[in-house]
Amino acid sequence: MKELLQLFGSFCKIGALTFGGGYAMLPMLTRELSENRGWVTNEELLDYYAIGQCTPGIIAVNTATFVGYKRKGILGGIFATLGIAFPSLVIITLIAGLLQNYAHIEIIRHAFNGIRVAVVALILSAVVKLWKTGVKNAVGVILFLMAFIAVVVLGLSPIWIVVVSVTVGLIPMAIDRLKGRRTEK
Amino acid sequence: MKFLLLFFEFFKTGLFSVGGGLATLPFLYSIAERYDWFTVHQLTDMIAVSESTPGSIGMNMATFAGFTTAGVLGGLAATLGLLLPSLLIILVLARFYMGFNEKPVVKAAFSCIRPAVCGMIAAACWQVARVALFTQDTVQILNLSLPQISAGALILFVILFTGTQKLKWHPAAFIAIAAVAGIVFKF
Repeated sequence: MKELLQLFGSFCKIGALTFGGGYAMLPMLTRELSENRGWVTNEELLDYYAIGQCTPGIIAVNTATFVGYKRKGILGGIFATLGIAFPSLVIITLIAGLLQNYAHIEIIRHAFNGIRVAVVALILSAVVKLWKTGVKNAVGVILFLMAFIAVVVLGLSPIWIVVVSVTVGLIPMAIDRLKGRRTEK
Repeated sequence: MKFLLLFFEFFKTGLFSVGGGLATLPFLYSIAERYDWFTVHQLTDMIAVSESTPGSIGMNMATFAGFTTAGVLGGLAATLGLLLPSLLIILVLARFYMGFNEKPVVKAAFSCIRPAVCGMIAAACWQVARVALFTQDTVQILNLSLPQISAGALILFVILFTGTQKLKWHPAAFIAIAAVAGIVFKF
């Protein structure tokens, strides 16, 4: 039980002290989990993080579940996950509650109208970053455009876009496998 | 009932969004369109708050969206919904497939998910831009009536975007600058 609470506590701390989302979390994870606690090595942490990036869901949560499970099994995974979610829940609920009461004040409205512009700039910079690491060939460009048009023009659910892009990614392997079978015969 | 629906919508979001907090954005837009829970304007404010508070952006946005929809318990329902697929998938992977991310099948699938996710986030960016950079008025060009772009917002956007590309500042810094500009120039 003590270690379960420690898991909850450590991930709470990581969640409360990381600004800027999952990618900014890695340095905090290393410091708390491998240097302070000695629960995982840096290499293990990088592995979990890499797996967390290519599984569905929030990267921070994926990493937390992994570390918790490795320490204390399924319960460990659950405690670590709840730990990392807890600060978000408390902090955002407080802020959202405050904003609801003050949103009509003129100065706050002007501030948020300005902030929206910053949000566009921040999302666009995330797109640029993802483009540099993720779009590597003509197929990538086509998938990018397809996804953009599917959302903006057709209003399709993002679920379909994910399903279609996974299928496109698997086609070359499926063809190879079929060819392989024919030559075996 | 609303709590169950919130939980279910965010469960779907957690199950299908791959690649970090902003990957949940297209799902949030789709929720905003399908339900009258929150508006695109509110969603934009949620992104701003989520980027400038501690914690993962995806979870912050889920809590915020859930809270806006149905109060404290709504925030809890949305956040738990978002967490659950991660928790289940990782528990299975941790037990059976440690080398999961090295498998050729996974690599092949991800080579195509990444550009699509990038395209979907670009689409979300366009949806935010429509409310942030344009005014309510329309302008006639040839025979088309196009939305009028707000000059002040456009200038601020160009400055901030250049900033994000050249400076390694924290997102909260750009948000603070934009808030001050919004107050000073009465956006």
